[in-house]
Amino acid sequence: MLDSTDQVSFASGRFHAVPYAVAQNEAGVRLGNEDQDWSSLMVRVRDQRDRAAFGTLFGHFAPRVKHFLMKGGASASVAEDCAQDVLATVWAKAVQFDPGRASVATWIFTIARNRRIDLVRRDRRPEPETLDWMGGDEPDQAEVYMAAEESRVLTRALAELPDKQRLLIQRAYYGDLTHIEIAAETGLPLGTIKSRIRLALDRLRAKLSETQQ
Amino acid sequence: MIKHHLTDALLMSYAAGTLPEAFSLVAATHVSFCDDCRARLAGYEALGGSVLEEDEVAMLSGPEACLTRAVAPVPPMPRSGILPGPLAGYVGGGLEAVKWRPLGMGVRQAILPTSLRASARLLYIPAGVAVPDHGHRGVELTLVLQGAFRDATDRFGPGDVEVAGEDLQHVPTAEPGQDCVCLAATDAPLRFKEFLPRLFQPLFRI
Repeated sequence: MLDSTDQVSFASGRFHAVPYAVAQNEAGVRLGNEDQDWSSLMVRVRDQRDRAAFGTLFGHFAPRVKHFLMKGGASASVAEDCAQDVLATVWAKAVQFDPGRASVATWIFTIARNRRIDLVRRDRRPEPETLDWMGGDEPDQAEVYMAAEESRVLTRALAELPDKQRLLIQRAYYGDLTHIEIAAETGLPLGTIKSRIRLALDRLRAKLSETQQ
Repeated sequence: MIKHHLTDALLMSYAAGTLPEAFSLVAATHVSFCDDCRARLAGYEALGGSVLEEDEVAMLSGPEACLTRAVAPVPPMPRSGILPGPLAGYVGGGLEAVKWRPLGMGVRQAILPTSLRASARLLYIPAGVAVPDHGHRGVELTLVLQGAFRDATDRFGPGDVEVAGEDLQHVPTAEPGQDCVCLAATDAPLRFKEFLPRLFQPLFRI
């Protein structure tokens, strides 16, 4: 399999070593390997069509998308093909990636979710309107850092939950729970998660009030 | 000012992509109006990103094919009058494009094409008119697009969404002054089919 340390060779021979895990956040804290700075890589894919950066992202995210789709009921071969589709979308629609709005994991999750909906062919999922400021100005570094940090905090919070509670959340996202089951599920640790989600809320509110002034 | 919002369970399911289409349409329309729910949705999508991060299954293929794989563009539908983009997409334009069917008392409805797990309709209720008492067998979401209605629980104005369960028997009444237009969705099974005599049909297929 490919992991983020495998070198991906492209026919063009343009591959070069990616200096990942060297990014520093605003506070000057060095990011660890597990806190790979995916956003910077994705911005390089977006702005420079950097194939090596894409190879690294593929190595990390494609196996995760495949796992996600298989948990949703897809066979290994269908999930493999759809993970290819999802990562092809990441490459083709890189211009839509806004690191101030969402982490790479979150953005790829939404693409994988939509791909799964196409696959099931049962329920379309209409999208909300986008706001005017979306996809507008380049976000500042503090916003980019906040979006990535919020994802890290949420991932850590999820990992630290008791197995039973984590499983419930996983099942909700794999598509095993209806909204009625989610509403009725008292074991869902929404309190824990909601406090993390409040980060997202505060961030977006700040952004909205700033753009409305 | 929006007062009545989507529940966490609805937002989480919408983020997960598991809501019936008719409910997703209500969620997408409400989020188009409501910055709070937009932010909460972003939080639930971030949680999806965390679930995605948790585990992996080895890929057999590499990234090369991704660079040339065709990806179809999805053009967004623009807002049309009082109908936000997602809803305008189902109607094929603004309110003037809606194909209304009279239900009596000046009340009109238009059923929107969605999957059968739940149904969505636009309701037009003249100012001051009450929609006959009806109970729910499932969950009903009612989102106000124009005007306002009141029932035993509260007042619902533009952008507000009422989430009603089976326990609610209500008589929504449009406020005087302006005709009320709502988007309503329910997951209750439809009790009668179109071809049955009208006499046996409930006033609303709710």
